[in-house]
Amino acid sequence: MTGFQNVVAAGLVAGAQIVTVSVGGLLLVGVMRKVRSHLEGRVGPPIHQPLLDVRKLFTKQRMHPEQASWVFGAGPVVLVATAVVVAAISPLATTRPPFGRSADFFAIVFVLLLGSVSLALGALDTGTPFGGMGSSRAMTIGALAEPALLVAILAMSIPAHTSNLPVLVRMGLAHPEMIASPARILALGSFVVIILAESGRLPIDNPSTHLELTMIHEAMVLEYAGPDLGLVTLGESMRLTLLLGLLVNLLVPWGVADRPGAVSIVIGLGALAGKVALAGIAIATFEVFTAKLRLFRVPELLAGGFVLAVLGAVTALVVR
Amino acid sequence: MVITAAAGSIAAIAGGALPAKTRVWAAVVLTWGSCIAALVGALAVLHTGQSSVLNSSQILPLTGVTMVLDPLGAVFVVVTAVVAIASTLYWLGYASHGLSTRTASAALPLFVTSMLLVPAAGSVATFLVLWELMALASLMLVLVDQRRREETRSAAQWYAVMTHVGAAAILFALVLLSAHAGDQTFAAIRVHAHHLPTAVRNTAFVLAVLGFGSKAGAVPLHVWLPKAHPEAPSPVSALMSGAMVNLGIYGIVLVGDRLLGGGPVWWWLMVTALGVVSALFGALHAATSTDLKRLLAYSTADNMGLVLIGVGASGMFAASGHRAIASIAMVAALLLTVNHAAFKGSLFLSAGSVQVATGTRDLDRLGGLMRRMPITGAVFMVGALSIAALPPFNGFVGEWLLFQSLLHGLPTSSTAVAIAVPVGVAALALTGGLTAVAFVKAIGVGFLGRPRSEEAAAAHEVPRTMQMGAGMLAGLCVVLGLVPVIVLPALGRAAASAVPGAPATTLSGSVDLHLAGLQGVLAPALLAAGLALATGAVIALRQLARRRFTPQPALRRAEPWGSGRELQTARMQYTATSFAEPLERVFDDVVRPDRDLDVSHVSESRYYVEKVTYWTSIGDVIEQNVYRPVISAVHWWGQRARALQNGSVHRYLAYGLVALVVILAVIT
Repeated sequence: MTGFQNVVAAGLVAGAQIVTVSVGGLLLVGVMRKVRSHLEGRVGPPIHQPLLDVRKLFTKQRMHPEQASWVFGAGPVVLVATAVVVAAISPLATTRPPFGRSADFFAIVFVLLLGSVSLALGALDTGTPFGGMGSSRAMTIGALAEPALLVAILAMSIPAHTSNLPVLVRMGLAHPEMIASPARILALGSFVVIILAESGRLPIDNPSTHLELTMIHEAMVLEYAGPDLGLVTLGESMRLTLLLGLLVNLLVPWGVADRPGAVSIVIGLGALAGKVALAGIAIATFEVFTAKLRLFRVPELLAGGFVLAVLGAVTALVVR
Repeated sequence: MVITAAAGSIAAIAGGALPAKTRVWAAVVLTWGSCIAALVGALAVLHTGQSSVLNSSQILPLTGVTMVLDPLGAVFVVVTAVVAIASTLYWLGYASHGLSTRTASAALPLFVTSMLLVPAAGSVATFLVLWELMALASLMLVLVDQRRREETRSAAQWYAVMTHVGAAAILFALVLLSAHAGDQTFAAIRVHAHHLPTAVRNTAFVLAVLGFGSKAGAVPLHVWLPKAHPEAPSPVSALMSGAMVNLGIYGIVLVGDRLLGGGPVWWWLMVTALGVVSALFGALHAATSTDLKRLLAYSTADNMGLVLIGVGASGMFAASGHRAIASIAMVAALLLTVNHAAFKGSLFLSAGSVQVATGTRDLDRLGGLMRRMPITGAVFMVGALSIAALPPFNGFVGEWLLFQSLLHGLPTSSTAVAIAVPVGVAALALTGGLTAVAFVKAIGVGFLGRPRSEEAAAAHEVPRTMQMGAGMLAGLCVVLGLVPVIVLPALGRAAASAVPGAPATTLSGSVDLHLAGLQGVLAPALLAAGLALATGAVIALRQLARRRFTPQPALRRAEPWGSGRELQTARMQYTATSFAEPLERVFDDVVRPDRDLDVSHVSESRYYVEKVTYWTSIGDVIEQNVYRPVISAVHWWGQRARALQNGSVHRYLAYGLVALVVILAVIT
């Protein structure tokens, strides 16, 4: 193939991944709500409701608090932009994503962190007690989740001698025994805890709460309305999808396209959608049976995640 | 180097002698001359990889002066020169706020020049003289504000004591080495280092780590840092934090790697442990501080901790024979140092602008400055995002490199190292998270939301030179974040000259960043381009949607939600104290905050509250539990010793005689 064709192909793959993650992310939220409603004995909104909501929000007028500066408006934009970048370069549908050589696990975590920080700053810019409350809590939980996350990455990277994500996924395909290694299982266990914390799910945060004082994430985005709220909703669902997508591809990499070609990539996208939907259903089911933890018990849960990750790193060194 | 020294001394004299109107300008221009001379010399050394040597027996009696600038030292000279140019530019605007006195204009060039020359010192005597000059000049600068603020004197006292205890430890270490080597030039010590007895090597290294660690602000030797940095005028804080503390790191590398040629694993485990403790303690205190400059000072301890982790890891890997990875870890440590100089310099300078504009550094009295001081706000934002290691800024590249070196060094090392490294990574991560909290708090409470005091509400942008000084360093943060390759080859050469026997080029690539022989690639510029592209696309999407649907004005401003209340006031906002409260509770055992709640009721009924007073303060646990007992013991001894001194000349003569006899007895 010529250079030009390469660029077009890379752009198409990136575009396919971005569209799948953004549309699929909103559908995932719909699926999770539906599962929850069914288990609670309600009918629940249709699965595509989040798509309709976001579409409606984009038609509305933008509205900012009186005192807010440009930072308030930049928050949701940066949140979505970081999610888009990660969606483009991560090994979601294929193990050879465009610019996949730069898809370092460490780098991706920090790109996503940029999104959280911009939203936290936007919340503080509202000048209201709730914005500060949400921002403070979200940043605290984020800070405490960080050690578990990075040590989990370390534990997964030691056997592979790299923290490059496409390589990690490809190695899972080539050597299935590596996935079943205690190091990776422990690390992925800790990754699950982190996903719950980072995406504001139960038992850490209740995404459907209506009481300001118990909110974490919802308190942060309380002042956003119209297109800004649409971006926040979109960004958050994309982040959840991305984290789950990485988790499932590290845990069960089968279905991911390992060679170029439109057919294998379409199969890869389908496999991704299926696996992420299953993970989402599992989380939704788990949420029905769980109550929210007290804010000051959350560090204990995260410490548990950290211990799992450290155990993973140590076993990775011992078992090699 | 000669020009550096000459321009520096003339600047000092000019600063001291000229009348008030011209002295600041003269001192600044001459300091620039000194910096540029040093910069040119250092860049030449970095480019060629050859050391430049200067010997003169006339300047210092008995020993003479030996100057040798190698690539390692040159890195520190470049960093110092750049921070100094920015800070002195800032000084032009800041001078009217109490920094135009004769003392200040004489001490500042002296301070800068001595910092430029310390990394070029080539013998023990030269090094110690310059080191001491640097300490004294900076002490004078810390004291500049002493007439106006009571706390300054106590801060300067702490600084003086800590820096001199440190200097004493360095003196012992270097003198011990030169005595055993039989010559006082660094080159001679290096040749003899391998034949020295193990005990001498160990003692010298431990003493050097203590001495230089106290300069670098390593916990538990950091106590002067959160006192002296906030009290010093802001350009001086920027110089101290961006340039001077680095020299502590330089000293440890100089003694450990350059002079002693590396050592056993436990040396470097000790350095790593020091780094881990500093990073965590510093980050935690930065996250809970409410004084803007104190927050920055604690974060300096945190960043130096990360650099020490890099230096320690490099030593450990070199000790277990993996020189290529050791060299990468050293490059990471040097890159972290360079980055720290850029972002901490810009942060201290913009914090100074905030202080000038509002008269306070207390975050709980600030707010809303982003709209009133947009340029200072943006500069602070860039610095804060860089220090929180967020892409696309420079802090991110440094931490990525450190993580990669730890990851790749891990499988090849011994058990002790294998335990130390995950702990190091966890510390790196928790530090990263806490730093993000600290700087989201600093921006969010300081610059966003509503102003919390009348001073903050009346704030105006500072003079242009101050904006330019701070902006220059913030610009460097962006450049280093996008194209770190402009400094990496030079840092690679410096690391090769520091780690004995390491290969020279460890990093390559122009857009991608490759690690030699390892699987690790980062393309910071591509990542940034992707982020910019995505941001543009998202904004375009939003605008497009609006065009299709809405006829109303694009943006409406409205009162935010207050749970149904009509009026929202600035007092209802979260403050820096409340922002950090959850963390404070989680780390209750480490930060040990003092809290007090006082509720008074109205006289008619106990059910109505008249006033609630909540008071909280966070001291330094180490200062209270380690230093206070030592200080009171010294006090106690001082009181006892007063009995010796009753004013009688006869008695003093007797003391002299007894001392003489004892000395003679000992010598014979």
